[in-house]
Amino acid sequence: MLPYPILSLCLVLMWLLLNGFSLGHLLLGVLVAIFAGWALASLRPDKPKLKKWYLLPKLFGIVFVDVIRSNIAVSWLLLKGKRRKDSSGFLLVPLEIEDPTALAIMAVILTATPGSAWLEYDSGDKTVLIHVLDLIDKETWINTIKQRYEALLMEIFA
Amino acid sequence: MTEQVLDLPLWAAVAVAIFLILGALLTLIGTIGFLRLPTFYERLHAPTLGTSGGVGAILLASIIYFSVGTGRLVIHEILIGLFVSITTPVTFMLLARAALHRDRAERNPDVPAKVHRKPV
Repeated sequence: MLPYPILSLCLVLMWLLLNGFSLGHLLLGVLVAIFAGWALASLRPDKPKLKKWYLLPKLFGIVFVDVIRSNIAVSWLLLKGKRRKDSSGFLLVPLEIEDPTALAIMAVILTATPGSAWLEYDSGDKTVLIHVLDLIDKETWINTIKQRYEALLMEIFA
Repeated sequence: MTEQVLDLPLWAAVAVAIFLILGALLTLIGTIGFLRLPTFYERLHAPTLGTSGGVGAILLASIIYFSVGTGRLVIHEILIGLFVSITTPVTFMLLARAALHRDRAERNPDVPAKVHRKPV
């Protein structure tokens, strides 16, 4: 009856957040969630294999802290004004993760964080081209991406 | 639609003001960067200040204002934050890939060429 229980649960929560909690809205939200789950099932997307879902809060925590830190760093960089030329640049990062959902999450994380942008993933080479605003040390950037996000994502989507 | 101004205790008013100014400031800095940075790929980074920190701080101010003002927890702003942070990277990637495609077609030397291990 519920092909995507997590999605349906999120939809009910969203419905209640937007409309305020009442018994009527709970019932209506549950109905919407069930039908939306069926609609999604008829599209037959790949089902993400969340092996260690309890690590997701940890990932969100890390991303939250990183977003704040890079907001400060990039603001400072922009306010300082005088920048060395060529301090920004492209970076080709080899990746090990292959799961489409994990890749999508990583792309969103890297792009949403100021200072780095995900440009092009090549599934043949398993590399991604990213652009970094303050590219001082390439090795450090690659290691940060691989250790902070990729390792954790690989654990979650094993 | 007119909302009446809510009565807030001093600490909440100060917190709301701080987060509003912080969010506006981050968005302003991002916009200035957008104006001043020299290349397209660098300019791509500046507005993310507004869509991450800027949106976050302003939504936090909104959560505090309405939660304290109405006396019940108002957190549907989290949904706005969630959807903004999921959808903006899609647009950024589209723009970036279009620029990349154009630069490669024009054989711009500043842009890394596509490495093809296999013949196309």
